[in-house]
Amino acid sequence: MIGLLATAGLGGLTPASLRTAGGAFGAIAGEGGFAGEYVTAATGSPADFAWLIPVVPALSAAFLLTFGRRIGRVSAAIAIAAVGFSATMATAVALQIAAAPEAERSIVKVVAEWLPIGDLTVDWALLLDPLSGVMLLLVTWVGLLIHIYSLGYMHGDERYPQFFAYLNLFVASMLVLVLGESLLVLFVGWELVGLCSYLLIGFWFTEMPNAVAAKKAFIVNRIGDVGFMIAMFLTFTAVGSLSFTEVLPRAGEIAAGTAVAIGLLLFVGATGKSAQIPLFVWLPDAMAGPTPVSALIHAATMVTAGVYLVARMSPLYAAIHDAGLFDVGLLIAWVGVLTALVAALIACAQNDLKKILAYSTISQLGYMFVAVGLGSLAAGVFHLLTHGFFKALLFLAAGSVMHALHEETNVWNMGGLRHHMPVTFATSAVGTLAIAGVPFLAGYYSKEEVLAAAIETPGAQLIWVIGALVAGLTALYMSRWFILIFLGESRFADDIHPHESPLSMTLVLVVLAIGSIAGAFIGVSARSYPRFWQLEHGELFEWLAPAVQPYVGEDPWFSETGAAIIVLALVACGLTAAWALYLRPADIAAVRARMGWLYQAMLRKFYVDELYERTVVMPGHLMADGMAAFDERGIDGFVNGLGRGTYALSQVGRRVQTGFVRSYALAVLFGTLLISALFLGGTLLGR
Amino acid sequence: MSGVPIGWYIALSAMLFTTGLVGVLVRRSVIVMFMCIELMLNSVNLALITFSRLHGNLDGQVLSFFVIVVAAAEVTVGLALIVNMFRLLGSTDADDADRLRS
Repeated sequence: MIGLLATAGLGGLTPASLRTAGGAFGAIAGEGGFAGEYVTAATGSPADFAWLIPVVPALSAAFLLTFGRRIGRVSAAIAIAAVGFSATMATAVALQIAAAPEAERSIVKVVAEWLPIGDLTVDWALLLDPLSGVMLLLVTWVGLLIHIYSLGYMHGDERYPQFFAYLNLFVASMLVLVLGESLLVLFVGWELVGLCSYLLIGFWFTEMPNAVAAKKAFIVNRIGDVGFMIAMFLTFTAVGSLSFTEVLPRAGEIAAGTAVAIGLLLFVGATGKSAQIPLFVWLPDAMAGPTPVSALIHAATMVTAGVYLVARMSPLYAAIHDAGLFDVGLLIAWVGVLTALVAALIACAQNDLKKILAYSTISQLGYMFVAVGLGSLAAGVFHLLTHGFFKALLFLAAGSVMHALHEETNVWNMGGLRHHMPVTFATSAVGTLAIAGVPFLAGYYSKEEVLAAAIETPGAQLIWVIGALVAGLTALYMSRWFILIFLGESRFADDIHPHESPLSMTLVLVVLAIGSIAGAFIGVSARSYPRFWQLEHGELFEWLAPAVQPYVGEDPWFSETGAAIIVLALVACGLTAAWALYLRPADIAAVRARMGWLYQAMLRKFYVDELYERTVVMPGHLMADGMAAFDERGIDGFVNGLGRGTYALSQVGRRVQTGFVRSYALAVLFGTLLISALFLGGTLLGR
Repeated sequence: MSGVPIGWYIALSAMLFTTGLVGVLVRRSVIVMFMCIELMLNSVNLALITFSRLHGNLDGQVLSFFVIVVAAAEVTVGLALIVNMFRLLGSTDADDADRLRS
C-alpha cells in the first residue's frame, strides 16, 4: 500500500507517456493495449470503500420509499446528498486510478461472497479500472445535476419523494452495472436499471399511454436480456467463470465458434438496452416519463449500457476479430450505422420535441456502436461521454420549454421562445450545435473520432458514407428542432405566457452547456482543438488502454482531412436546409407534398411499430389465445371432466343411501340372514 | 329345569327377538325402535341363560351379564341421542333424520 501511494505521489495525472499520446489517427491502436492485469484494492484507499458508491444511493432510496411521504420535500435534499456523496467518492476513486502506475490501474475490490455453487463462484466484487472510472464520473455527476434539476421540475408533484427515491435507485443500479466485476453482477445492475426505467417511464401511470409505454420498454428489454443470459451460460461453459478478471485475459482461448456466439448474444442484449435495430422501438415511447428521467436514463446513462458492455468485453471482440471466423464487430458497426440512419430519418419528420430527441439518441447510440464495433473503443466511449453532456442538456432544455408552455410537446405550437427564455435558448443553442457536429463543440470531435474509425478500417467505406450522411441529417433535424422551438414567430396560444425556469434548472443547463464544449478535451488533444480538420487522439485513448483492447485498423483508406471536410460540408448543408425550411414554416406543406411517400414513411416511423405489431405482437396474441383456449378446454376440461365423472358416478351410488334407519336395519337383517344361511349351508353340506 | 321343557324357553326367546326385530323394522318412532332393540338384547340374554342351564356351563350366564352392562351403556348414549335429536328436529320420527341424504 505504501508503495502504491508513493507511486501515486510521483505519477500524477500526466505521466510522460500521456504527453506523447496523439499523433496521427490510429497511432495508438496496437501499442499499449489491454493488459489483463488486476490488483486488489489497498486497504484504506478510496477503492477499498468504493462499494459505498452504489450502496449509499440505494439506502437513500430505501429510506425515501419508506418514510418519503412523511418527510415531504426534505426527501429531495436527502436524495441529492446521497448522489453527491457518490459523485465525490467516485471522483476520489477515479483520482486514485489516475495516480496509480499503468499496470495497477485495474483494481478489484471483493466486497462479499455471493454465490459459491460448485465450480461457479460469484462474488459481490467491484472492478475499478479506467473504463468503469469514466463511466462512474459520468453517471454520478450527470446524475447529480439531474437530481438538482428535478428539484424545480418536479416541484408540486404529489409523488415528489417517490420520484427522488426512484432516481436514487436508478443511480445505485447504474453504478452496480458499471462497477460489477463479473458478468453476473453487471447483469444484476442491468436488470435493476431496466426496472427503474420501467418505474420511471410509468411514473404517471394513471395515464394509460404511460403505463403501456413502460410495459413496452420492459418487454422489449427482456428480449435482449435473454441473449445476454445465454451469452453468460456460454461464457461459463467456455471459461468456467463469469468474472471479468478471468474471462477477459483468457478471451483468446475460447473456441472461435463459441466466441462468435457469445459476442453475438451479448450484442443482442446490447441492442435491447441501447435501443438499436431491431429493438429500438421502446425508446421513443419511453418519453412518456418525466423529462429528467428521459435525460438521465434514456439519453445520458442507461441506454449507453450496451456500448459499455461491448467496450468492457472488447478483448473478446478483438479475439473474434483476429480469429476471422465471423467479424461480429463489423456486424455491430453495420447495425449501429443503419440504426443511426433510420433513426435520423425518422427524427426529421417527428413533431413531438421529446420524440425528436429520442430518435436522435437512438441515432447517436448507433454512432457509438459503429466505433466500438470497428474496434475503436475509446472513440465510442468518447462519444458516449460527450453525448451524455449534450443530450442531457437538450432533454433538460426540452423539459424547461415544456415547463414554460404548460406541458406542450408539439414543436409546431412553439416558436419565438428566445425572447422569453434566454438561458434555455442559449444553452440549447450550444447543445444543438454540439450534436449537429459544429467544430469547437464536443460533439464534433467525438463524431469525427467515430467516423475516423470507419476511415481506418478497410472495408468500412460504406459505413463511413452512411455515417457522414447521418451527420448531415443530424444537423438538419436538430436545427429544425431548435428553430421551431426558439426562433421565428410565436405559434403558441395567446393566453400562455412563457417564463424562464427557476435557477435550479437553468444552473444545470449552464453546467451541461459548459460540459458540451469542454467535453472535447477528453478525447482530443488540446493542440488539435483549434485545428479541427486534423485531430489527434487525446488523453482518453491512452487512459482507456489498460481496460480495453482496440482492434481498429491502422491504414486509412482515405485522407482524414478530406473526410472531415466532406462531413463538415454535409453538416453545413443540413444547417442551411433547416434554416431555409423552418425559419418561416408557412410553405412547409409544399415541401412535404414534394417529399411524398418518403415523408409519410418517416412520419410513421417507417412502419416499424406496425411491422412488429403484425409479425410479433399479433402472432403472440394469437398464440396466447390458443394457449388460453387449450388451457380452458384441454387441461381444465380434463380436470373438470374428472370431477364431473365422479359426481355422476356418485349420483348413482347415493341411491343406495336412503336415509331411513329402517331400511338400513332391514339391510342388516338380510345380511345376517345371508351369512347365517352360508354358515348353515356350509355346515350341512360339509357333513 | 324340571317342569318347563327347554323348548319353551327357546320359543319365548325367539318370539321376543322376532317382536323386537319387527318393531325395529316397522316402527318409525325412535323411542319405540330403541325399546325394541332392548327387547332383542333381552331375548338373547334369555337364550344364553337357557343354554347355560342346559349344558351346566356358566359361560352363558357370564356373557349375559356383559350384555346387560353393554345394554345399560347403550341406554345412556341412546337416550341422550334421542333427546338431542328431539331438540334438533322437534320430532322423534326416524324418517325425519335424513339430513345427510339431501
